[in-house]
Amino acid sequence: MTPVTELTKPAAAEVAKPIEGYLQVVPEARVDGGVATIDARGIYYKHLNEVVRRCLADGAKKVVLENVNGQRYIGTGLKGAGTRIEVHGTAGQDMAMFMDGPTVEVFGSAQDGVGNTMNAGRVIVHGDAGDVLGYGMRGGRVFIKGDVGYRVGIHMKAYETRHPVMVCGGKARDFFGEYMAGGVLVLLGMESRIEGPLVGGYIGTGMHGGVIYLRGEVESWQCGKEVGTFPANEEDLANLRPVLEEYCEAFGMDVDEVLSVPFTKLVPVSHRPYGKLYTYV
Amino acid sequence: MRYEPLLERMPTTRIPSFTDREGVSRGERPRYAEEAPFKIHGGCGLMGICDESGSLMSGQVPIRAMAVQRDRGNGLGGGFAGYGIYPEFPDHFCFHMMYHDLRAKEDAEALFDRYFQVDLAEPMPTRPVKGIADAPLLWRYFLNPDPHKLDEAEMTPEDFVVHSVMLINSTVDGAFVASSGKNMGAFKGVGFPEEIGHYYLLEEYEGHTWVGHNRFPTNTPGWWGGAHPFTLLDWSIVHNGEISSYGINSRYLEQFGYKCTLGTDTEVAAYLFDLMLRRHQLPIELACKALASPLWSEIDRMPEPEAEVMRSLRAVYGPGMLNGPFAIVLGFNGGMVALNDRIKLRPLVAARQGSIVMVASEESAIREVLDAPDRVWAPKAGEPVIATVAGNGSPVHSDLHLSADEVSCAVTGMPETCETVEVS
Amino acid sequence: MPISLIQPEFKVHIDYDKCHKCGRCVQQCGWSVYSFNERPIPDDSKCRACHRCVTYCPAHCITIKKNDLALRDNANWSPSLRQGVWRQAETGGVMLTGMGNDKPYLSIFDHLLLDACQVTNPSIDPLREPMELRTYLGRKPSAVEVTSDGNGGFRLAEGAGVQKNIKLDVPIIFSPMSYGSVSLPVHRSLAMAAERLGILMNTGEGGLHADLYPYADNVIVQVASGRFGVDPEYLNRGAAVEIKVGQGAKPGIGGHLPGEKINREVSETRMIPQGSDAISPAPHHDIYSIEDLRQLIYSIKEATDYKPVGVKIAAVHNVAAIASGIVRAGADYVYLDGFRGGTGAAPQIIRDHIGMPIELAIAAVDQRLRDEGIRNQASIIAAGSIRSSADLAKAIALGADVVAIGSAALMALGCHMCQGCHTGSCSWGLTTQKPELTRRVDPEWGAERLTNLVSAWSHELQEILGALGVNAVESLRGSRERLRSIGLDEQTGRILGVKPAGV
Repeated sequence: MTPVTELTKPAAAEVAKPIEGYLQVVPEARVDGGVATIDARGIYYKHLNEVVRRCLADGAKKVVLENVNGQRYIGTGLKGAGTRIEVHGTAGQDMAMFMDGPTVEVFGSAQDGVGNTMNAGRVIVHGDAGDVLGYGMRGGRVFIKGDVGYRVGIHMKAYETRHPVMVCGGKARDFFGEYMAGGVLVLLGMESRIEGPLVGGYIGTGMHGGVIYLRGEVESWQCGKEVGTFPANEEDLANLRPVLEEYCEAFGMDVDEVLSVPFTKLVPVSHRPYGKLYTYV
Repeated sequence: MRYEPLLERMPTTRIPSFTDREGVSRGERPRYAEEAPFKIHGGCGLMGICDESGSLMSGQVPIRAMAVQRDRGNGLGGGFAGYGIYPEFPDHFCFHMMYHDLRAKEDAEALFDRYFQVDLAEPMPTRPVKGIADAPLLWRYFLNPDPHKLDEAEMTPEDFVVHSVMLINSTVDGAFVASSGKNMGAFKGVGFPEEIGHYYLLEEYEGHTWVGHNRFPTNTPGWWGGAHPFTLLDWSIVHNGEISSYGINSRYLEQFGYKCTLGTDTEVAAYLFDLMLRRHQLPIELACKALASPLWSEIDRMPEPEAEVMRSLRAVYGPGMLNGPFAIVLGFNGGMVALNDRIKLRPLVAARQGSIVMVASEESAIREVLDAPDRVWAPKAGEPVIATVAGNGSPVHSDLHLSADEVSCAVTGMPETCETVEVS
Repeated sequence: MPISLIQPEFKVHIDYDKCHKCGRCVQQCGWSVYSFNERPIPDDSKCRACHRCVTYCPAHCITIKKNDLALRDNANWSPSLRQGVWRQAETGGVMLTGMGNDKPYLSIFDHLLLDACQVTNPSIDPLREPMELRTYLGRKPSAVEVTSDGNGGFRLAEGAGVQKNIKLDVPIIFSPMSYGSVSLPVHRSLAMAAERLGILMNTGEGGLHADLYPYADNVIVQVASGRFGVDPEYLNRGAAVEIKVGQGAKPGIGGHLPGEKINREVSETRMIPQGSDAISPAPHHDIYSIEDLRQLIYSIKEATDYKPVGVKIAAVHNVAAIASGIVRAGADYVYLDGFRGGTGAAPQIIRDHIGMPIELAIAAVDQRLRDEGIRNQASIIAAGSIRSSADLAKAIALGADVVAIGSAALMALGCHMCQGCHTGSCSWGLTTQKPELTRRVDPEWGAERLTNLVSAWSHELQEILGALGVNAVESLRGSRERLRSIGLDEQTGRILGVKPAGV
């Protein structure tokens, strides 16, 4: 057997370097007027969100998070309509989940589970968003500039005065608006980096409330069996315009250009699509 | 006695517990096996990066990519595999070994001495890391089969190496081969991946391709061998998710002689790749389509003859289709393949920056590593992301002629899988 | 001396206060239970409890009850054994009966439970997400061979695909029931339903009536030992050809359709003279050994430009070895019929005491074919009392590709399991050739009911798959890991390849 060479580094002699990864430290917040700024680089989500909550409790109206990358739960569970969180970087999983009032604006992309079971407020994402966007969303606005993933707008629902609105500027994959029970879901296909059609298959499958607007057309195989497709008429476009105006304002886009292409409207054809599926014993 | 040349001296009795030279009991000597004879459930995070130009990247890259995905695991398993990391020994097989105790090391080394020309043997460089405990003795060996033994065995070097892996994993108690390919190595253990990477001083290595894994098992892992990636020669597999079709996938593989004894989806995926790529010579694109089949409605919309290919692929390989949520990365000396399930139940994000292709469970991992990606996208369900390093070939081991049970034995070292290795 | 020692099994009770005296019961009963003398008078001894009269009585005034005439308890000599002795002492005959084994043998299906996903992998919503039941029936290569098409794509290598397989939209087909044993409207109902469902009906051994020619793509034509109606045209009129070797209800036994059932149309379809008995020999007299089976399979393939050829056998003790031989003989599918399978007529002693449960047959055959590395070479069709979608799912998890339903299909058309098929007097118009009875089945109505049944089971199978977290039936097929047993002995569990619940 060849003897151990000098190259060998005895384990104990090695000086420990810091481990790559999140820092388990509470970050500093720089407060200026009602604005708190936090450098999130390498900060573990728990500490980051703790400081965000503390800044808001101390009266900050706006929290700016710099160098965010993958930190989870930003804006999750936060309340208060006047509050604003700015995210610079890539927001992590479950951003704005259960959110009830604040505005979260992401200058970058967001990952999976944005706006999950959100009650009120606004989410604005200047990049893409991942899968299961706005799951069970009950109110507020979600505006995504780019592409979105699978199962977007899944089980969006309206309740009394709450009507959720989601507008996605790029393309979407399968199961867009699955189980949708209320609200407005819009897909524009304008800011896309993926190849293929505007949207995948199983659009609105299980849909039993709300309305989907697609900028352009879809083929019948793409749609769930519970939805009917119609060209959007004058009245539909009149309803859509204020939503798109708000969206365009967020991203500096021209609403007339957005509306320059015919829209397709998808609505459920029955509130009880499975009435005939069961036999009672 | 099929393996005669390799079996002149093998330990014939297993020692249930062992006290090392210093008289410290190290407890039961583990065999390489997952922790239970039943299906193991779990979730995970993963990454893969490949520079198609063959340029090398520091091991810090995969560590950083996994560190931002820390919460996808639970600290019970992390690991990496790097390719192109041993340019000084490009033509040597490199065995990364895990030993429970010195006796296991002696037994394995006796085997190396007898059957291989070992040109360098050294402990794996490591550093102490808080939270990393119970590390086995970690050694690596740069070696090639002894030419005489190779002649005697009438095997290709690849066959010879896998047979030796099989032999060590199944008969040398307390010894386990973590990887055995050329110019590559696996670095894995029980801990969070960034801790494991740090422990192994991964930043001192440079590779053109890296895969990483963060494990969230629902059971308590026994020892370091159980962490991912899984390897065989230069193949490494990392996997996220749970394959709900495990039951039929494993029975399907058994029909071809593979024996699924670890109860993990990763093992099943490894054998399916071996079956389809090496033994059935399917192009990698089609193997991916068999593993994550398009829906029948999509196939029906395809033009002929593509539809006919897909129809046959699905009808024939249906029992091998991985059904349920998964994302998987297969690394090899020629690059990597990333794939996720047919209805995208597990995340996978891909990016390209110049000649670098990267995949990860979360976009943040990509942003952490690539400063200016040309393109970041979420691959469509069942659409493989394939990266190939120029001139390094495909993942098909044409020099490997092993049967399925031999492959299973080499991967697992479980006694049930190694019936053909008999010692008189 | 009394005429018979055997007392009526049922009591027919008519509430004469409510009775309209309309005589509909008299007209509806195929067994001539009723006579009419100002009001209907039932003869209890003829009643089979088929409920035809009950269903059609406009006054709802008929009730059928068990005759609870007491016999001294004897756990060894059951009333039916005693009756058997009396009956045979009276007649000297072999006891003949219809439908499947009714004895209380252990039902293995009822001792198996399916799995479901919780947390570690998701269950899938079968109503809204894809949930694929499509199944290809037939021989498959063990690997797919492709060649490059020169444009970065691939095409199949010569003969490498599954072109000869039959596409089934759901893994349920109708089991063979011959025209002759069942009526033409039954056959038409089955064929129409098969077409609507994208599945197959099976002619049974009685040939294919001209009315069914348009449904050729959804028909398996059967070749049995009697070779009724078999000619080259017949062989080519089906999507597949099936060689019937045996039947679960009467393994090793031939068949006998009495001359009185051979009317003009049955005669034309079977290509035998009107009024003559149609006898199916016990074996095929050109199959005395496995190599002869191969010879027959290939002669049929030669005659049909290589259509799929299947072989139907009764599940008997050595079923695994037999099935393996059948696959090696070139069959594209093996049809296994368990000992609870139905029949138009079978000796009771055979029906009730020969064969084995389909659950064990599936398990043994599927495992044997896998052990031998030939599982891909043939599909397995399982039959012999598939009673619900639960049985269907369990059969598939044990290793069946497809199940066939016969008794359930007849029940969809009105059968109440009165076990009188062999009498030719079926009140529901199913197992009879009497025109006044056969016209009771409207094929359109029948097809709708069959379609409903199979659709409902398919939906339920999708629900089960969804709970299991898989979205294609091939991921359940043979996945015994998703089954657990309760109350089965260890040995049975081992044969089934199923662990006990809790493990």
